Amino acid sequence: MSELILYLNIIRRNPIYLAGLVIVSLFVVVGLIAPYILTRPGDAWGLTYDINKRLSPPSLEHLFGTDEYGRDLFNRVLLGTRFSLVIGVGVVALSLAIGIPVGLIAGYVGGKAGTALMRVTDMFLAFPPLLLAIALAATFGRGLSNTILALSLSWWPWYSRLIYLQVSSVRNLPYVDAAKVIGISEARIMFRHVLPNSLTPVITQATLDIGSAILEASALSFLGIGVPPPTPEWGLLVSSGWRLISVAWWVSFFPGLAIVITVLGFNLLGDAVKELMDPRLRNLLSMRRV
Amino acid sequence: MRSLLEINELTKYFPVKTGLFGRVVGYVRAVDGVSFKISEGAVFALVGESGSGKTTILRCVLRLTEPTSGEILIEGRNVTQLRGKDLKWFRRNVQAVFQNPYLSLNPRMKVKDLIAEPLKTHTNVSKNEVYRKVAEVLALVGLPEIVANQYPPNLSGGQAQRVAIARALSIEPKLLLLDEPTSALDVSVQAQILNLLVELKEKLGLTYLLVTHDLSVVRYMSDYIAVMYLGKIMEIGTAEEIFSEPKHPYTLALLSSVPELNPQAKKLKKKIILPGEPPSPMNPPSGCRLSNRCPYATKECVTEEPKLTKITETHYVRCLRHEDLSSLITREA
Repeated sequence: MSELILYLNIIRRNPIYLAGLVIVSLFVVVGLIAPYILTRPGDAWGLTYDINKRLSPPSLEHLFGTDEYGRDLFNRVLLGTRFSLVIGVGVVALSLAIGIPVGLIAGYVGGKAGTALMRVTDMFLAFPPLLLAIALAATFGRGLSNTILALSLSWWPWYSRLIYLQVSSVRNLPYVDAAKVIGISEARIMFRHVLPNSLTPVITQATLDIGSAILEASALSFLGIGVPPPTPEWGLLVSSGWRLISVAWWVSFFPGLAIVITVLGFNLLGDAVKELMDPRLRNLLSMRRV
Repeated sequence: MRSLLEINELTKYFPVKTGLFGRVVGYVRAVDGVSFKISEGAVFALVGESGSGKTTILRCVLRLTEPTSGEILIEGRNVTQLRGKDLKWFRRNVQAVFQNPYLSLNPRMKVKDLIAEPLKTHTNVSKNEVYRKVAEVLALVGLPEIVANQYPPNLSGGQAQRVAIARALSIEPKLLLLDEPTSALDVSVQAQILNLLVELKEKLGLTYLLVTHDLSVVRYMSDYIAVMYLGKIMEIGTAEEIFSEPKHPYTLALLSSVPELNPQAKKLKKKIILPGEPPSPMNPPSGCRLSNRCPYATKECVTEEPKLTKITETHYVRCLRHEDLSSLITREA
């Protein structure tokens, strides 16, 4: 608990980190409560339309204007937050769930099994990640879970590479030898001594990647192979408006802005996490307690 | 006296591989037929420069490296092949303190958890009991209880090394291996740690195998000394014998490399400086391994490999000319 307070204190002192934390917190909170605070849920979910109000510019009644079916864009962007949250967190969580065990086992146990695991990883890495995601998404078909799955499958090798490299160097450190001398089981050495000391770059990378996952999911939706309409996913909203950009700029602009701000927020927070992961900080913390 | 650790003809060759397919082109003979015994309660020092194989011996004894051949006996049991329950018995009785405490202690674990780990692995005491024991061991090495809640990088070098010692001793081993236990510490702290080690040895009846290149540490605490060069023992004897009657030119060179503070003694002391660097252990010189650097080497030294020769019951030397040398050296001095 006191660690959390210390982290917050460090973030508070740096305006850039603070901006990142505020944006990401706002994104998460809105993502969680979005379905319950909608003023026009029908518009948001794409179930209703009002053709008379189509493409009305931003006004007090419609803060972000309306789309080509006369649906309130503010409500749609608001609900889109939830989809982006689910996609961003889902993709990164699933990628970590595959990548960390693969990299850890390949790096620590090694041998033939380790080599085999890393060769599989390399096969996935041979494709440009977005291209692989597009191919997979096109194969799986449209849908939220298919999008998450397609992105995760193109993403996990990066984490397993990162963990593998880290584990390969940590396993040779004297404290791993010291643990062996004490007689601690290999499994415990792997999880208690090697893994915690190998996670830093992955956690930093994962924070940054939530933003990128949202961006890539939007790209898939934009290409028409991600989440199907009328889901108010941000990428889909941008793609529905880009042809109208000269007559109704707001249709693409506001969801696009939401993507930009969210990705920026995760990038800034990623920098903060990088600093917070520094083990020297822990000492600062334990010093305080004494 | 009963020997606690006995090493017989220990060798460790590391293959040297090249190219894409890892063809073995040679072997580094890191340890080449080393034998010695350590009796219970003694402090045995392995001395030598880097590359002499002393650390490899230590790693073999700790079972971190598989020896190529030879026996390592603890209380008469060969430990090179132990598994399961027997391995656990071995781990419980043989512990180690490493050179750099900041590297040998996991930086993300609190001191109390680090010390509790061996206790949890080797004893089945309750959780409360474990932390009571942790406090006890911390007191034993002279650390305040408050250190228990800290992380190692936050401790001073001396404190961290004390934690490492506490961790090794928490399960009451019989043999403690010390791998350069003070060379990573500040000079002011080195003496404290050495005093602590000597005190703990007396108090707990421990046996030490000390690996170091620091002769002042050796002089301070060892009973027996083995001088190593390129994987072989050059001279072995009691501390008294090695320091006052060294028989091997290499031992002499090593001893004369220690800075002498007393100017009177400095005048008397003859410096022996070996030319050049130690050759690669992959390709040691023929005959005596020191032959290409030894100022007293003759033709025979290059062709004939000397054996360990007995001088007294405890003192052995690996030099063909050790009899001529003792007169030579005393005359020059």
